[in-house]
Amino acid sequence: METVKLTIDGKAVEVEKNTTILNAAKTVGIDIPTLCYFQLHDMNIENRPGGCRICVVEVAGRRNLAPACSTNVTEGMVVNTHSIRALNARRTVLELILSDHPAECLTCAKSGDCELQTMAQQLGVREIPFQGEISTYRKDTSPAIIRDVDKCIMCRRCEMMCNEVQTVGALSAVNRGFTAVVAPAFEMNLEKSTCTYCGQCVSVCPTGALTEVDHSRNVINALADPKKTVVVQTAPAVRAALGEEFGLEPGTLVTGKMVSALRQLGFDYVFDTDFAADLTIMEEGSELLDRLTRYLKGDKEVKLPILTSCCPGWVNFFEQQFPDMREIPSTAKSPQQMFGPVAKEYFAKKLGVDRKNMVVVSIMPCLAKKYECQREEFKVDGDPDVNFSLSTRELAKLIKLANIDFNSLPDGDFDNPLGESTGAAVIFGTTGGVIEAACRTAYEIYTGKKLDKVDFKELRGLENVRHATIDFDGLPINIGIAHGLGNARKLLEDIRAGKSNFHAIEIMACPGGCIGGGGQPFHHGHSEILKSRAAALYREDEGKAIRKSHENPFIIELYKEFLGKPLSEKSHHLLHTKYFDRSAGVFVEE
Amino acid sequence: MAKIKLPENKIQELKDVCKSFNNEKGELINVLHKAQGIFGYLPAEVQEVVANELNISVAQVYGVVTFYSFFTMIPKGEHPISICLGTACYVRGSEKVLDEFKKELKIQVGETTPDGKFSISCLRCVGACGLAPVVMVGEKVYGRVSPESVKDIIAEYNS
Repeated sequence: METVKLTIDGKAVEVEKNTTILNAAKTVGIDIPTLCYFQLHDMNIENRPGGCRICVVEVAGRRNLAPACSTNVTEGMVVNTHSIRALNARRTVLELILSDHPAECLTCAKSGDCELQTMAQQLGVREIPFQGEISTYRKDTSPAIIRDVDKCIMCRRCEMMCNEVQTVGALSAVNRGFTAVVAPAFEMNLEKSTCTYCGQCVSVCPTGALTEVDHSRNVINALADPKKTVVVQTAPAVRAALGEEFGLEPGTLVTGKMVSALRQLGFDYVFDTDFAADLTIMEEGSELLDRLTRYLKGDKEVKLPILTSCCPGWVNFFEQQFPDMREIPSTAKSPQQMFGPVAKEYFAKKLGVDRKNMVVVSIMPCLAKKYECQREEFKVDGDPDVNFSLSTRELAKLIKLANIDFNSLPDGDFDNPLGESTGAAVIFGTTGGVIEAACRTAYEIYTGKKLDKVDFKELRGLENVRHATIDFDGLPINIGIAHGLGNARKLLEDIRAGKSNFHAIEIMACPGGCIGGGGQPFHHGHSEILKSRAAALYREDEGKAIRKSHENPFIIELYKEFLGKPLSEKSHHLLHTKYFDRSAGVFVEE
Repeated sequence: MAKIKLPENKIQELKDVCKSFNNEKGELINVLHKAQGIFGYLPAEVQEVVANELNISVAQVYGVVTFYSFFTMIPKGEHPISICLGTACYVRGSEKVLDEFKKELKIQVGETTPDGKFSISCLRCVGACGLAPVVMVGEKVYGRVSPESVKDIIAEYNS
C-alpha cells in the first residue's frame, strides 16, 4: 500500500494514496463540515459531487481554496481547515445557500435534525447579508413522500441514492442555474413516476426538501375517539433504533420501553408485527417447500427461485421495472399486511368489535409501508386492513408530544394473542433475516428433523449480494440475498437471463434491510449505526426462548382456531396477494 | 402531457442511431443531438425510447434535455423564425423586431403558435451583418428588417 504523508491543522497524517483531504482529516479526528458529501462506508455508497463548496480548506502554496471532498492528498501537503480565509469562504457559501432558502425553521418537519440548520449554528451565521430572488416550486405530495423543492440545496444525495444505489431512476437534476431542481422525468409528480417510496432519498436529505407524509395527527384523533378500538403493531427494526431519538446509544434495544410508551399513548392493544412475521414464515416457507417439492418431482412449470415479498419498496420496484417476472415472488403478503386482516377479521371478531370500529396502526422503519397500506387490494369495502403507518421517527415525536419520559419507562410486555413472537421474527428487520427465519422453519418441516443449530451465520453480513448453500439433510438449497434495489436488480437480471441457480432469494429495498429503512432515525452517513442496529436484533433473537416461527404457540393456535393450515383457502384469501404490471403509462399519460 | 404516436419507421431510425453509438450511456448527448435531427424536437416519447435503449432512467435523459438550451421539447413551427441578436443586428434594433414578432404571434422565444405554423428562436450572427438587422424564416434571409415590416413578413406565409 502506497501512502502519503501530510499535515492537517498541524497534525501529522499518513494515509493511503488517492485519499481525499476530507477522509484524511477524519483519520485524525478532524471533521471538515460539508453538506453535499455523503458516505455509507460499508456499503460502498458515496456522494461526491463537489457541489456545495462548504468543505473548502486552505492548502499551503495553492492559489485558491481546495474542496476537501474532491481534492486528493499529496506528499508533504500542508492543510489548514480553519484558516480565516477558509472560514470566511465557508460562511459566505453558506450565507449564499441560505439566501435562497425559506426561513421556516420553526415549522419545518426537519427542524432539529436538519444538517443545514446545524451547519448555520456551527458556522455562527446570525444574519443573511445577501438578499435576492427566491426560487419557488410547487410542493409535491405522494402517498409516502413530500417534496418541498424550495428547501433543496442541490446536494444531489437523493439523486445518487435513487439512481446509483437503488437504480430506481425517479429523480434527476433538471433545468439549469437558478431554475435547477431535483425532479422526476418531465417534472411529473412523484406519484406518477417510477418512485418505489423506499425513502432512501428522505434518509439522506440534509434539509427538509424530502420528508415523509406525517400521519400522527390521524392516529391522535383515532386514540381520542371512544368508539374506536385502536390496535398497534410494531415492526422488528423499530425497537433497535427508536432509542436513538432519545439519546440512547445506537443498538440499544428498547422493546419493553416502546411497549410501555405505546400503552401510555392510549393504544388499546399493543401488538407486534413480529407475530405476523412468524405468520409470514409459515405461509412463505410453505410456499417455498411447495414449489421446491414440485420442482424436485420434475414439474417444469414451477417458478424458482422464489423471491421474498415482505418489502413494499421491493414489490413496487418489480411491479414497475420487472413486471414480466411478477409470478416469481412469493404471494405471501408482508407482515404489516398479514397483521391487518388477522386483527380485523379474527381478533376484532373475538372482541365482538365491528371491523370499521377497529383502527390498526403500524409503526414501521419504512416509508413504502405508508403506500402499501393504502393499496386498494388491502381494503375491505373501502376500509383498509391497516389504517395508518407511522415511521420510527413519527413515533418518537408522538412520545415526546405526550410528555412521556421515555428513558425512565419500565419495560412492558406485548399483549396477547398477537404480541407473541419468536427470535426468527425479530431478525426480519435486517438483511438476511427473513431467509434465515424461513430456513429455520422450512428445514424442520421438510426434513422432519429438529434443527439443532438455528444460527445460519453464513446468511448474515452487509455485503451487497450474498449467497450460501444450506444443507437440508442432503438436499442443497441455494440461497441468494440482496439489500438495496440496485443489488436486487443484478439478481433479477440473472434470473431473466436464465443464469440464476438459486432456489430462494431474499430482497430488501433498503441498504442494510429495514434497520436502514427510510423511516428510521437519521444515521447521517454513519454505517456503524446500521451495524449496531443489526447486532441488536440478533441479540434479541438469541435471548428469545422460542426461535422458530412454527413453534410460536399463538401461531399454532391461530391456525387451529381460524386459518386451518398454511396455504389453506382461508390463508389464501386473507394472507396472500397478487402483483400488478405497473410499467405501462408510467411516463406519459394517455 | 398528451401522448403522441411516433411513426414506426422513425422510431426504428432512432433505435439505429442509439445502436450506432453502441447504446452507450456516455453517448447520451450525441444520441439526443441526432434524435433532434430526426424529429425536429425531443418529445417525451423520444426521450423514453432513448432511455430504454441506453438503459438509463427517463429522469436522467430529461435532466440533460432541460440542461442544454440547444435541446427543445417543443416542435418547431412549419416556418421557424430566427431573429439574429448578434452585436451588429442588436445595435441596429433587432430586439424591437423580436418584440414585434412576439406581439404579432402571441408566443415567446422557444414557443410555437397553436396552429403549428410559426415558432420563434434567437440566434447569434448569420454572417450577413451588412444587412442587419437580419431575420430568417426557414432558409430565407430577410435583411434590414424594421418592426413595421414584421406584419408583412408573417403575411407572406399566412396566405
